Amino acid sequence: MEFGLSEDQKLLQESIGRTLEKVSPLERVRQAAEEHAAYAGDVWQALAGLGVAGMLIAEEHGGMGMGLLDAALASEMLGRHVAPAPFVATAVMAPLALAGAGSKAQQAAWLPKLASGEAIAGVAVSERAAGAREGAGVAASSDRLTGTALFALDAAGADVFIVADKTGGLHLVKGDAKGLTRIALTSIDLTRPLGELRFDNVEAEPLSAGDAGAALKRMVDAGRVMLAADTLGAGWAMIEKAVAYAGERKQFGRVIGSFQAVKHMCAEMAAELEPCRSLVWYAAHAFDTMPDEASLMAAHAKALTSETGRFVARTATEVHGGMGFTDLVGLHYWFKRIGLNRQLLGSPERVRHEAAVLQGWAAD
Amino acid sequence: MDLAYGPEYEAFRAEVRAFIAKHGAKAPRRFGVSRPSEETQNWQRLLIEHGLTARTIPKEYGGYGAEPDILKSRIIAEEFTAAGLPMGIANQGISMLVPTLLELGTEEQKKKWIAPTLRGEVVWCQGYSEPGSGSDLASLQTKAVEDGDDFIINGQKIWTSTAHAADMIFCLVRTEPEAKKHEGISYLIFSMQTPGIEVRPLKTMTGHAEFNEVFFTDVRVPKKDIVAGRGQGWFVANATLKHERGMLGDPNQAGTRLKEITDLMHKETMDGTRLIDHPVYRDRLVALQARVFAMQFHGLRLLTAAAKGEDPGIARLIVKLQGCELNHQLAALAIDALGEIGVLYEDSPHLRAQGAWQHRYMFDLGLIIGGGTAQIQKNIISERGLGMPREPKPAKA
Ligand SMILES: Cc1cc2nc3c(=O)[nH]c(=O)nc-3n(C[C@H](O)[C@H](O)[C@H](O)COP(=O)(O)OP(=O)(O)OC[C@H]3O[C@@H](n4cnc5c(N)ncnc54)[C@H](O)[C@@H]3O)c2cc1C
Repeated sequence: MEFGLSEDQKLLQESIGRTLEKVSPLERVRQAAEEHAAYAGDVWQALAGLGVAGMLIAEEHGGMGMGLLDAALASEMLGRHVAPAPFVATAVMAPLALAGAGSKAQQAAWLPKLASGEAIAGVAVSERAAGAREGAGVAASSDRLTGTALFALDAAGADVFIVADKTGGLHLVKGDAKGLTRIALTSIDLTRPLGELRFDNVEAEPLSAGDAGAALKRMVDAGRVMLAADTLGAGWAMIEKAVAYAGERKQFGRVIGSFQAVKHMCAEMAAELEPCRSLVWYAAHAFDTMPDEASLMAAHAKALTSETGRFVARTATEVHGGMGFTDLVGLHYWFKRIGLNRQLLGSPERVRHEAAVLQGWAAD
Repeated sequence: MDLAYGPEYEAFRAEVRAFIAKHGAKAPRRFGVSRPSEETQNWQRLLIEHGLTARTIPKEYGGYGAEPDILKSRIIAEEFTAAGLPMGIANQGISMLVPTLLELGTEEQKKKWIAPTLRGEVVWCQGYSEPGSGSDLASLQTKAVEDGDDFIINGQKIWTSTAHAADMIFCLVRTEPEAKKHEGISYLIFSMQTPGIEVRPLKTMTGHAEFNEVFFTDVRVPKKDIVAGRGQGWFVANATLKHERGMLGDPNQAGTRLKEITDLMHKETMDGTRLIDHPVYRDRLVALQARVFAMQFHGLRLLTAAAKGEDPGIARLIVKLQGCELNHQLAALAIDALGEIGVLYEDSPHLRAQGAWQHRYMFDLGLIIGGGTAQIQKNIISERGLGMPREPKPAKA
C-alpha cells in the first residue's frame, strides 16, 4: 500500500509551481484582475508549454494522457498562485466530455487544439451541478438550443462551449454560433471569468457518441475535485502568509506569533486543511480507478475543502489584522478565489445532499 | 421581570407607527459610509424632531431632550426594524464623539460640535490607529509638541475610516514622550482642513476605499481643542471605545439582516424549490434566528442594567465579539443560499440586493478586526470578565 505521490508527480507539481512563480506573480494577477481580462494568455501559454492544458487528453490527440490526481496537483498550484488561467473547464471538464461522449470527428476537431492551448473551451453545466436558478435552463430540440445557462466556466475567451441541457444531454456549441449571446458575469474573483450564455435557437452538435449522462456526471465530479484542489492550494498559501506575517508583526513589544491566540489560529488552520489534501488525493485517485466511489468522494472533497477554505480565508485575514483587510497585501485575491470555489458546481449543502442520496440516505 | 409595556407605551408605539406610516417613504434607501446625502440629513432632522434619534441628548445641544426611557428606545428600534427602515445616521461622530463630549467635553465644545454632528452636517473620523499601533494602541507615536497656544502635530495614522470625507478628526497624540505609554497621550479634535494634513485613500478587499492613511506634517492645533486635559487621552479613548464596541455589535442590525434573509429565502428558488423549503438552509436560518433573538434580548438586559446604574459585568464585554460574528454568519448564510449568485459583484447582472451580501460578508470581516480584533475581545473577556491572569510580558531584551 502506498498513499502518496510518485517522484514524477512531485517533480511535475514543483515545475508547475516554479513556472507560475515566474509568469504569474501577484502583480500579474492584479493586472489581469484590474483589466477584467478573460484570462491571461501568457500564463496559459506557459502552462500549456508544460503540458498542463493537455494533461487529461489522450496522447493520440496531442495530450499527456495523465490521471486526475495529476490534474489535481496542477490545480492546487493554480490556486496557490491564484493564477488567471482557464484550467477547470478547458483542461479538465471539456476534454472529459469530449472523451466520454464526443464522436471521433468532434474529438479530432477539438482535443488537439485544447491540448496545445490554442483553443479555450467553456463549460455550461451549472443548472445541473449547482441547481437551476429562476429563469435559467437550456432546452434542446433537433440540434438547436434555446434558453439561458448561467455561470458558464471559462466563458469569456471560449472558442467552443460544452452545454448541458435540462435533461442532462450534452451539446457542443461554437463560440461564434449565430443566436448565441454571452454576457460577462462579474464575480468577486476577477481572476476567473464567469459567463451567462443566452441561446436563441442556436445550432449545436449533440455529444451523443457515448453515454452523455455518464459523461456529464464525470465532468462534474472532476470539476469538483479540481475546485477542491484549487482551494487547498489557495488555503495553504494563506496559511503560509499568515505564519510569515505573524513572525514579523510586532505588538505589545513582541511578535504577534508569540501570542498563543495567534499560534492557535495558525495551528487550527493547518490542522483543518491538511486532511483535505488526503481527501482530494483520494477523490482524484478514485476518479481514475474506483468508479463506484468517484462521485461520493468528489462531493466530500468539494464540500469539506470549501468549508475549511472559508475558515482559513477568514482566519488568515484576521491574523493580518487591519492590513489583511486592505488591498495592499493582496490577500483578498486568495480570499475571493476560495469564496468563488465554494459556490461553483454546487455549494457544500448541495453536494452533501448528493452524497446522502448516493448512499441511499436521502431521496433525490 | 415585567415584559408588559403597559398603556402609556402602547400609545407611544402607536405614535411611532403613525410616524412610520406618514414619513417612512422619505427614508433614504442607503446609508453610505461617507458623507450623508441631503436626503439622509433631512431624514435625520425629521427623526431628531420627533424624538426618534438623539432622543435623550439635551435640547441645548441639538437633541430631543427626553428623559431616558429604555422601553421607549426599544419600541422605536422594534418598529423601525420591523418596517425595515434605517434608524438614522450611525457614523463615528454620532456614536463615538458625541457621547465622549457629553461625558468629558467642555461646555464650549459641547455647544459647538454636538448639534451639527447629530444632524449629519459635520462628519468626523477617528484617528487612533497607526502603522505600528493597532491592537497595541497605547504605543502610538504621533507627536504633539507645545508651541505657545498651540500643539504642533507630526506623524501618521492608518485605517482611518471616512477620513476622505470627514470635516473633523478626533485624534490621539503623544504629548508627553517621557511619561509611561498609557499616560503620555492626549485627545485632540481638529479640522481636516488644517494645513499639513494629507489623506491617502487605502483600498480595501471590497474594492472600495473605505479607509485611509492620514499624514500630519507640522499641523497646528489650538491647545484648547483638547478633550479632558493633557495626558488624559487614554482614559478618553477608552470611554469612546466603549461606545464603538456597543455600536459594532448592534443586535438591531442583525435583526434587520435576519428579516432580509428570511424574505430572500422565501423568494429565491433552486430547481424550482424555494430555499425556505430546503431543510438544510432553513435549519441554518432558524439556528441564526435564535442567536439574533438571544442578542436582542441581551441588548434589552444591558439597557435595563444601564438604566438602573448597574454594572452588567461580562454581559457587556461580549457584545462586540458575538454581535460582529453573528452579522458575519448571517451574510455567510445569504451567500450560501444564493449559491453562485452569491459571488456576483459590482455591476453584474442577476445581482440580488445590489450585491449587498457579498459586500457585507467582506466588510463584516473588517468590523471583526476593527475596533479591537476578536482575539483582543477574547483577551478582555477572559481577563476582565473572567478574572483570568494577563499574558506575561516579554522579557526585556
Ligand atoms: C474596517 C476597519 C476600519 C477601521 N477604522 C478605523 C478608524 O476609523 N480609526 C482608527 O483609528 N482605526 C481604525 N481601524 C484600525 C483597527 O482599529 C485596527 O486594525 C485593529 O485595532 C487591529 O490592529 P492591527 O490592524 O494593527 O492588527 P494587529 O494588532 O497587528 O493584529 C494582528 C493579529 O494579531 C492578533 N493580536 C495582536 N495582539 C494580540 C494579543 N495581545 N493577544 C492575542 N492576539 C493578538 C490580532 O488579534 C490579530 O489577529 C479600522 C480597521 C478596520 C479593519
